[in-house]
Amino acid sequence: MMIDARNLSKRYSRPEGDVQALSDVSLAVDENEFVVVRGPSGSGKSTLLMVIGGLLTPDSGRVTVCGDDPYALSPDRRARFRAKNIGFVFQQFHIVPYLTVRDNVLSASMALRTEDTEQRATELIERFGLADRSGHVPGELSTGERQRTALARAILNDPRLILADEPTGNLDEANGRLVLSSLAELATRNRSVLVVTHDPAVEEFAHRTVCLEAGRITGSSESVKIQE
Amino acid sequence: MVCRELLHRRLAALLAVLLVAAAVGAFVAEVGILQSHDTRTEEMLEAKQAEADRELAAMEDEYRKYMKELGFNVLILPEEQDLAEFWRTGCAGGTMPEENVRRLAATGTTRMRHLLPIVQARVRWPEKERTITLVGTRGEVPIVGRGQKEPMLDPVPTRKIVLGHQLATDLGLTPGDSLRLMGKTFEVLSVRPHHGSEGDVTVWISLADAQQILALEGRIHAIEALKCHCASTGKETIAEEIRELKDGIRSALPDMQVVVRENKVTVRAKARQKAKEVHESTIRKWQSDRADLRRERENFAAVIVPLIMLAAAACIGLLALMNVRERRAEIGILRAIGLQSSQVLALFLARAAIVGIAGTLLGSIGGMAVIAARSQVGGVPFVFPYPAVVGALVLAPLVAVLAGLAPALLAAGEDPAAVLTED
Repeated sequence: MMIDARNLSKRYSRPEGDVQALSDVSLAVDENEFVVVRGPSGSGKSTLLMVIGGLLTPDSGRVTVCGDDPYALSPDRRARFRAKNIGFVFQQFHIVPYLTVRDNVLSASMALRTEDTEQRATELIERFGLADRSGHVPGELSTGERQRTALARAILNDPRLILADEPTGNLDEANGRLVLSSLAELATRNRSVLVVTHDPAVEEFAHRTVCLEAGRITGSSESVKIQE
Repeated sequence: MVCRELLHRRLAALLAVLLVAAAVGAFVAEVGILQSHDTRTEEMLEAKQAEADRELAAMEDEYRKYMKELGFNVLILPEEQDLAEFWRTGCAGGTMPEENVRRLAATGTTRMRHLLPIVQARVRWPEKERTITLVGTRGEVPIVGRGQKEPMLDPVPTRKIVLGHQLATDLGLTPGDSLRLMGKTFEVLSVRPHHGSEGDVTVWISLADAQQILALEGRIHAIEALKCHCASTGKETIAEEIRELKDGIRSALPDMQVVVRENKVTVRAKARQKAKEVHESTIRKWQSDRADLRRERENFAAVIVPLIMLAAAACIGLLALMNVRERRAEIGILRAIGLQSSQVLALFLARAAIVGIAGTLLGSIGGMAVIAARSQVGGVPFVFPYPAVVGALVLAPLVAVLAGLAPALLAAGEDPAAVLTED
């Protein structure tokens, strides 16, 4: 099992009052599975993604990714664990503004460098149709190109799990579909993809959809993927 | 990555570099200026010392010439003469053989120029009913082996008399007049000009007449050696020469006492010594003034330079903090993709170090340009401030890193989850 989250709870303390972001959430994702977590804004989707991604310690519950509990590791080992096993894609892309497409893709290797990093970066850039934009900085790219750059960066280290937070939120339909199809393709190569979104169009690419409302899972449904 | 970031935010980076450069430039320039000041002081001191030495050497020659002309006076008195009595009355009570003058002249001494045998007594002038100083002199006695010098005192012919100014005025006597002195008739040869001293009530007659009147045939009261001279000019060496002269006189005239009168030679030597002391004191004062000036500059620099450095460090810290705030999303994603907090810390510290090194290089060049400009304008020597540049190269990047440490720690401690979920 790629993700095994059990009884996760997370509460934020805010001046205006505590917010229960997650309440006893359990979720399992298998290898080669593309799962969508859907829910309205504030339902706890991003919190769930961060907790599973080893970035946000849950108040209670347990999560294992690729068989390991990231929160049982020291912060440095957890960072290395993330570098090796998890790739992140965000709605705002979060690509480094002063680095070229190639350097942004290669920035993932700062955490985990392998022998074939350079070649792999070249392959990914070509695969995502960015070869002619390789030397360009993000300011010179379209939003679709930026998200593809972020996607290439996310999989440079060949992680087994891709976590995407609203990956199509800032994209037009065509680019959105391109990104989603790329994610769906990744889920066929011994990887798993977990996307949190409120966009119902994503469900078309997923194997399964989980609904999250007010920090609780309210339902789950199997999808028939368009590609199939 | 760090260099790309610096180029990307070039304005902020340039500002940070300029701040470091300003602090380093101020430090290097100030140290360089102080070094130039020291070098200039040394040069000026050497010049002043050389000038003083030249002046003193010139004075030495002058004094040597003066002393040859001026000389000093030595009074030779009988051994038994009470000097206290002599200084009180101006006259010697004891006598010595007139032969002593010839014995002294026969030594052929080179230091004594003029030897004058003297008979001098305070006597009652019965014909005029007053007390006078009677001096009998015959002029200079030639010294063996030396040519006749210009007479120190014109010899007074026998039966002639020279009157002091006051006596001549009181008695209404003028040259050519006749007068009686202690039973003998004299013709007034001349009247001495007014001196305002004992000389105004003194009469000079020939030595033989004085010896006859005072019943001192073949005897004299004293010998005056006038315008004796010294070969050297130093106060100590003059004293040594005078001592040697006195010893020489005593060996020729063992029963005599030798008195050196305060004389122009020693006064000159004292003046020369004083001039030397004044020179040295002036140089010391000048050195002290320069040291004060340096101290003032140093004190000023000790306040201003640290202030500039502190302000620069604070501004660098502030700029680094702004940089961290601006790059929160970048930090978040770098942490998310697996960078450890120490790697993030290293990125920001490396940035601070690069800013520090660039600023130090720029500041060192700027500081040296200031020193060079000051050297050109002010005519002071250009001194390459090695210690300041080396110190700045080590310290400034370190200070820049320290100034950027708190923001870097803040960056390393950023919660990626919080950053990445921000809109």
